[in-house]
Amino acid sequence: MSPRVQVYVIAALLALIGAGLTAYKHFELGFPLLPGEYRTVWTIEAKVGFDAEGGPVKAALTLPREQRNMEILGETFSSSGFGFFIGRENDEYRAVWTRRSAEGPQSLFYRLDVYQTPGAALEQPLNLSTEVKKPFLGAREQEAVRLAIDSLVKQARERSSDVESFTTQLLFELNDDGNQDRNLIFRHYADKSLVDVALLMLATADIPAHRIRGLYLEDDRRRLDPEDLLEVYDGKRWIVFEPTSGMPGVPDNFFIWQRGGKSLLDLEGGRNSQVTFSVISNDVPARDVSMRSTRDEKEALVDFSIYSLPIEQQSIFKLILLVPVGALVVVLLRIFVGLRTSGTFMPVLLAIAFIETQLLTGLAIFILILVLGLWVRFYLSRLNLLLVSRIAAVVVTVVLIMGVISVVSFKLGIEQALTVTFFPMIILAWTIERMSIVWEEDGPYEVVVQAGGSLLVAVLAWWVMTNRYVEHWTFNFPELLLVLLAFILVVGNYTGYRLSELMRFRPLVK
Amino acid sequence: MLQFSFKHIINKVRGGIVSPQALNRMGILGMNARNINYIARYNDREKFPIVDDKLNTKRAARRAGIQVPELIAAFETPASRKRVMEVIDPLWKFVIKPARGSGGKGILVIAGREGEKYKKISGSQIEALDILRHVNNIHSGLYSLGGKPDRVMVEALVDFDPIFQDYSFEGVPDIRVIVFRGYPVMAMLRCSTHSSDGKANLHQGAVGVGIDLATGKSCHAVQRGLRIQHHPDTKMSFGELKVPGWYDLVRLAASCYEMTGLGYLGCDIVLDRERGPLLLEANARPGLAIQVANGVGLRQRLRFIEGLDEEMHEKKVDERVAFSMREFAAEKTL
Repeated sequence: MSPRVQVYVIAALLALIGAGLTAYKHFELGFPLLPGEYRTVWTIEAKVGFDAEGGPVKAALTLPREQRNMEILGETFSSSGFGFFIGRENDEYRAVWTRRSAEGPQSLFYRLDVYQTPGAALEQPLNLSTEVKKPFLGAREQEAVRLAIDSLVKQARERSSDVESFTTQLLFELNDDGNQDRNLIFRHYADKSLVDVALLMLATADIPAHRIRGLYLEDDRRRLDPEDLLEVYDGKRWIVFEPTSGMPGVPDNFFIWQRGGKSLLDLEGGRNSQVTFSVISNDVPARDVSMRSTRDEKEALVDFSIYSLPIEQQSIFKLILLVPVGALVVVLLRIFVGLRTSGTFMPVLLAIAFIETQLLTGLAIFILILVLGLWVRFYLSRLNLLLVSRIAAVVVTVVLIMGVISVVSFKLGIEQALTVTFFPMIILAWTIERMSIVWEEDGPYEVVVQAGGSLLVAVLAWWVMTNRYVEHWTFNFPELLLVLLAFILVVGNYTGYRLSELMRFRPLVK
Repeated sequence: MLQFSFKHIINKVRGGIVSPQALNRMGILGMNARNINYIARYNDREKFPIVDDKLNTKRAARRAGIQVPELIAAFETPASRKRVMEVIDPLWKFVIKPARGSGGKGILVIAGREGEKYKKISGSQIEALDILRHVNNIHSGLYSLGGKPDRVMVEALVDFDPIFQDYSFEGVPDIRVIVFRGYPVMAMLRCSTHSSDGKANLHQGAVGVGIDLATGKSCHAVQRGLRIQHHPDTKMSFGELKVPGWYDLVRLAASCYEMTGLGYLGCDIVLDRERGPLLLEANARPGLAIQVANGVGLRQRLRFIEGLDEEMHEKKVDERVAFSMREFAAEKTL
């Protein structure tokens, strides 16, 4: 393979890997492609309140399980004075608070942050019990109710074709105020809810069903009671129904807390127990949501990345990751434009200094140091020093100039100039040395051209590096560096003319 | 100086730019294409030291029987004041050069002496102390690529052929020949001017004179990108210029191919009054200004050489020179 082909193959591979990882991170892990995207994170707080009777207390709250359309970002428990653990029981997680003795009203809190992933289907639990327990309706006083139930079931069966439509019809009937049978049933079961009655009737019809407990996510709601949905098994899969509308499917903003299973709260040693919920929504940067949701699973791409570093190092890396972008700007300007600079990548270092100092302050400080440094350097050249000591002397001079600039500007109240310390001193000293040689050998015009070229490249690099999109991409998708590398490799093969050559060789075209 | 430079910038921008297609039609070789298609392909990296270090070049030239300016002394390690003075004291005219200087940087030419002082070729005078400092700077690597410590050469000043006296101001003209795979492909004469400050660099304002490979006569002359007929300072017409001993000069350039093993090579040659053409230095990355000086693009000629049969690349020097002189005759525009 010729080197040229190799370059294209490697570049294509690198670009593919980079773009692929980026796409994975965006589509699978939910990292936002654009900066400033926000996601809504719901904070749900469950409050378990009860009156303790003075003896040992044990409260067990069923916890929501992982679900596909809701991502749990974090949980906290508060349990002052109580022992606490999370136990697993029949495929359900339960938070268990225990205490040897307690008296009077008690409050226990469980709080979780949830992020709604749109569009994901509800998973089909294979392990939920499909056993049907027929209700006992044989007693004499229940005769009328039994007939009413049978009549409603029969009617719904006639008007439906399968389990799904049957359930819908049944729920229609149960919501119909004018239906005499329905009113009879509800009078009999005065203490039962709609879902309870529906469950009873489904059991009569021999259809496996259970209740879903959960809550509607609406902002700023307090003291909410859990709401119920109905889940029905049609022989192949579980279908969720909203009981009042009779429509299949989970309502959009419904957060499922408990699916099937037993009670929400079990309490020993207390009375008047009650579970209430409150819901608040926060808008959180999309990246933070992705970071939090992947942290638990220890996604390798995220775990072995810059995010695993301490915050302080992360901010350093934020800057370091911008260096390749600056290098790309230099490559483009040298290969396609043909700008002359003093020192190939010196402008990138300047651009980094500009990021810290702000552009105008940086430019002013740079020019000031360069002019003063050149002036000192011209005097030094008359002292017949060896090169190394001369450059060292320039370094010391540069440091002194920086010190003076800092102190004077601070006294004058120009705080921005304090950032002068971000300038790379050694590089500046070498630049001054080179420039003074250029001055001696090629005259001041060349100095202006080279210093101007370096500054122009530095300003362009600064402009690109401070672009919020570039900042966002380099930090959140470091994989894109592979794409950038591929691009640089391909550009390294460019044999066309430079922009400056279109001017330089102009006289040749008659 | 600065004022003039602004005029120069305005001049540059005023004409605007030309389309890349137009340059392509003219067969102009660009910097990127030169680097990738010629330097990277035909110049072995390991052979670069032969040309990058002028002391190596001199040694290789001596072995190959190529004439060079006489080397008086070389300071391999930082030299004491006593040693430098010992060497330069008996000399009347000499040149001090860094062995690895690039782009003509750091070359100090002493053309005579006046009492304790030394006269530079431009006429200004310097003292022994200045020379010592210069030697020191070279050793510290001020002029070498990447600032590496360098060696110092003291060379005899070439006794220039007076033929070019009227075509050069305050400086010494040299002839650049591009040699591609052993075949000379293009040549130019570089004449310093007042505005180039005695330097022979075209971008500093020196005049580039294209030389017809077939005859050694001038065929085109350019200063700062504009075509001229006369030397701006001496007013001599370039039309009558003919390089004496042209065949020997081209042959010397062509034989540098065997000496260096580099496929794409620029040879800088000066004419000595007695000894004829001398190789000043060879360059593995010769510039592209030669195209402007000749008013012709390099690419067609390079392609032509690339397209030759295998056996043509095994020819002897004389055959190659004869071939080039026959094929690359230029059209005269002066």
